[in-house]
Formats: sequence, structure tokens, C-alpha cells
Amino acid sequence: MKMQNNEPIRNEIPQIMEISRVVSEGKGQKSFFFKENIHSKPGQFIMLWIPDVDEKPMAISYYNKNEFAITSQVVGKFTKALDLMKKGGKVGIRGPYGNGFSIGQNACVVGGGVGMASVSTLIDTLKNPIIINGARSKEHLIYLKRYKKMLIATDDGSFGKKGYTTDVLNELLINNKKNKIRIVYACGPEIMMKKILEICNKYKVDCEASLERMMKCGFGICGACMCNDKIVCMDGPVFNLKQLNNMPEFGNFARAKTGKRVSLHEYHAMHI
Amino acid sequence: MLSVSLCGIKLRNPTILASGILGVTKASVEKVGKSGAGAVTLKSLCHEERAGNANPVMFGYDSVFFNAVGLPGQGIDNALKDFKRLDDLSVPVIGSIYGYKIEQFGQVAKKIASLKPAMIEVDISCPHMDYGKPYYADPELAAKVTKEVKKNSAKIPVSIKLSPNVYDIKEIAHAAEKAGADAITAINTATGMAIDIDAKKPILANKIGGISGPALKPIAVRCVYEIHETVKIPIIGTGGVTYGKDAIEMIMAGATAVGIGTAIYYRGIDVFKKVCDEMEQWMKKNKIKSLEEIRGIAHK
Repeated sequence: MKMQNNEPIRNEIPQIMEISRVVSEGKGQKSFFFKENIHSKPGQFIMLWIPDVDEKPMAISYYNKNEFAITSQVVGKFTKALDLMKKGGKVGIRGPYGNGFSIGQNACVVGGGVGMASVSTLIDTLKNPIIINGARSKEHLIYLKRYKKMLIATDDGSFGKKGYTTDVLNELLINNKKNKIRIVYACGPEIMMKKILEICNKYKVDCEASLERMMKCGFGICGACMCNDKIVCMDGPVFNLKQLNNMPEFGNFARAKTGKRVSLHEYHAMHI
Repeated sequence: MLSVSLCGIKLRNPTILASGILGVTKASVEKVGKSGAGAVTLKSLCHEERAGNANPVMFGYDSVFFNAVGLPGQGIDNALKDFKRLDDLSVPVIGSIYGYKIEQFGQVAKKIASLKPAMIEVDISCPHMDYGKPYYADPELAAKVTKEVKKNSAKIPVSIKLSPNVYDIKEIAHAAEKAGADAITAINTATGMAIDIDAKKPILANKIGGISGPALKPIAVRCVYEIHETVKIPIIGTGGVTYGKDAIEMIMAGATAVGIGTAIYYRGIDVFKKVCDEMEQWMKKNKIKSLEEIRGIAHK
């Protein structure tokens, strides 16, 4: 059935899907697979409904025509409930939503913690990207087996370089004479992405980052996820360097579930 | 061609962003204004900060759209700091308010009036029942709320937003007009439910929600038609307006302006411009020069 002017009817109702397998990725981190073709692009997300619990946006972390997955890390009530789910468990899924990443060449992809999940299908699509993966410690690093060649940084030095992903990126860009890196893609803690934007501005390298905000509808009408004049779920969640440079709230403020503007620090404290 | 006067406020076109869609931040108001809306209604604010319901709070299928967001909001006091003022935007802003108790409607009205919105809309459809019935369902209660808001609105025009979930919407509209309302916004959503047959549960976390989208339009047109027969004050016809033809229909039923909300979901944020273009095309084709020529024409 089509509406007038040939604009398609939209169906944004959760579809119940069965978890086909669960893969442990790290401490409190699991990937949940579904045998469906979700028709997504790298950087897009779905809304995941656990009946009687909540519905939250989740990045599509594995994708091919036969199956897809999301990767979650236990943070609060919702991710705890998800963590308890097993093969055969049923959840509701709608989407995919969001704009996704551009597919550039000479790319460097930076993932911080479970933020790696948002850039993993991009890594799978890009041609030989440089990958920087960072986390608090070795046990929080995901996809160590999935990607063989990665530059790794941990806060406590328990694996790879001691320090931050931004230190690793900075070093790469200091020696970026032959434009080996033309674009940096990032997802992780917003403070990390803000620093990456600063580094990219400094070295005049393009940048795209995927933002996380409190979401309700996922398709741009409720206004819960506004970041300055951007509707994160629909205009984003991926924003480019120029857009990020014009979003003063990026790296500083977010909206609480009530719509109140709070510091990022307060915002993250609410989720835990 | 499309300009209208609503309670003395000049609108470049009759499309108004309905409350509850975007309208949470000043930047989102400006975004909707730039995409062509004649005026923008804020998401409703009350005397306190509210988180609203757990997700899922909205979804849609076919021509039906459900929501049970649960009136989240930063509260009027945070909003005063966040918005600072509402008369410095490129589009007239309508502040939407509600309270739990009657005196809270007045308190919130007084505070939002200090931001200088072009108009104050009163959401009397909130489910608080301190008086045995919700405000929208009883003419006396609706009149009390109207009087309380009018007393505190610093002469800013006040529109009362009515619910279709009543036996006789005419008597509510009449009571609001008699109590001093400057306009009527009709209608809020109609209540409904959807159960997922695989999950065997209602989809909305709140179980029951409000239905909007094209499915709501015939109910809204009927309400606007009935209200137009009853009151002299202008009506903001809201409910299912998605295309220019819907806006024309609403105006023929008696509306002065039309609310557009869920249509953003169906047609994008530039739906305001699309609807206006379609209205103009229809008017040119039918040699109509001003919307005054067709307002309420279906009653003749």
C-alpha cells in the first residue's frame, strides 16, 4: 500500500526476532546475532526492544546478507537485562536508522571501548584501514580476534601502548607526510571524540564521529536527542568535521531524559 | 496568499508545529521555523521536571502512529534558563503548558508568559484526576483551568487544547470560550493500543497511548466542524494533517490555522513547505485568493 504522491508507507513497529547465537567479546561485553537481512549501511543503528524493560538504540556491529549482530556492554538496567538473554531469546527490533559513515580512502578508524561496535561494519567495508582500538584495560578490549592488525592502547597499559587512542592517533598524524591518513572515523567516549576532532583540525585531516544521545523515537520527531540544531538519530548519528566544529554542545553537553541540558559528566552518571 | 491572522498574531502561513513533536530546545524550534512552519508550539512544560515513560514510547504502521511519551519535560524553571526568551526567534512561538492542580496551571502560565511567547496553549489532556475527572472531560473543570491561565497570562492569547476522548467536545469548547479562552486547539490524540502478537504484550511501555497520523484526521475534522458550530473564537485544527488537501479540509471545517506534528514522520521536517505548496497549487487551480474565502465553507 502506498500513500498519495508515491511516498511510501512507513512501518516502524518492532519486529520480534530470535537471538541465533551469543558471542562473548570481553568483560560484560557480548554480541547478539540474528539471522535476518537488516539492509544496513556502516554506522547505522537499530532500536532494540526488550519487552517489560525498555527500548534502546544499538549500533549494528556485524552485518552481512544472512545475519547481523549488536554488541553490548553492561552499563545499566537495560544492558543487564540484555546480558542475561540467551540463544532463542526474543527481542523486538526496528530500523535501521541514522545516516551512517561515508566510505573514504586512506582511512584511520578509532574505537574507544564498546564504541568499536559502531565502527566495526565500517572497518569491514573499508580498504585496509588503520585501526586504533582502546579501552580501560585488556579485559575491556573487544574484537581482538576479529581484527588481526590493530594499534592498541589501554589506560593501564595492560595491553598494547599505555595511554589513550588519541596519543596513538597524534603520533600517526605527526608523521603523516604522504597523506597516508586522509580521514579519521571515530566512535567512543565523547571526550575521546572531541580530542580526535581537535587533532584532525590541527593536522587538517577529515573526520567523522558517531554520537550517542538519549533516544526515544529513533526517526527524528521526538526531539529527545537534539545536539545544538542537529537531530542526532536522523541527521546523525555520524557527523563530519565541519558539522562537529559547529556543534558547541558536542563534547560538553547532552539532554537528560527530561530534556534538561546537562554536562556530559552528569549525563553519563544518569545512565549508570 | 496563505497568510492568516490568529488572535491578532500574523502568521506567514497557517501551518503550526503541534506540541510534542521536536520543540524541546530553542535550536529545534528554529530548525522547524526555517523549514517553513508559520508558528511553532513547544513541547508541553509543567511545574516540575519529568522523565516520562520507559521506551517504547512511539512507533507507527500504515497510517497509524502511536505515542505514550508520558509528558517528559525539563520543567518550567529549567526552561526559563534554557530558553531565556521566546520572542527573539524567526517564527512565532506558542508555549504549551499544563499542571496537575488547577493553581499549577496558573503558576506555569505566569512563568512562561515572562518568556514572551506569541501565544500560550494549555494541554488539559494530562491524565491527573485530582477532581474525579480529567480536565478535558468536564466543562466546569476546563473552564476553571481556562480562567486560572487567563488570570496569569499577561494578556498573551490563550488556546485550550481539547481531547477527542469525550462524549461531547462542543460543551467543553463552549465552556472554555465562556471562561475567556482566545482560541481552541482541536484535537489531542485519540487513545488506542497495539499488542505484539509474538511478544504477546502491548508494545508501548505505558500499554495505552495516543493515536495520531492520517488515521486521526476524520476524528479531528469532525471535532473542528462541531466546535466551529459552537464557538466564535478561532480554532487550530490539529490531527492527521499530512498533505495540503488535509489542511484545506480542516480550514473548510472551520479552522483558522492547522497543527502539523506526526506528518514530519511521514514526510520529513520540510512537510510545512510541502503542505503550503500543495495548498497554493489547489488554491490557484480553484481560483481562491485567500483562505478566508473557504474558512468554514463546509457549514454553508
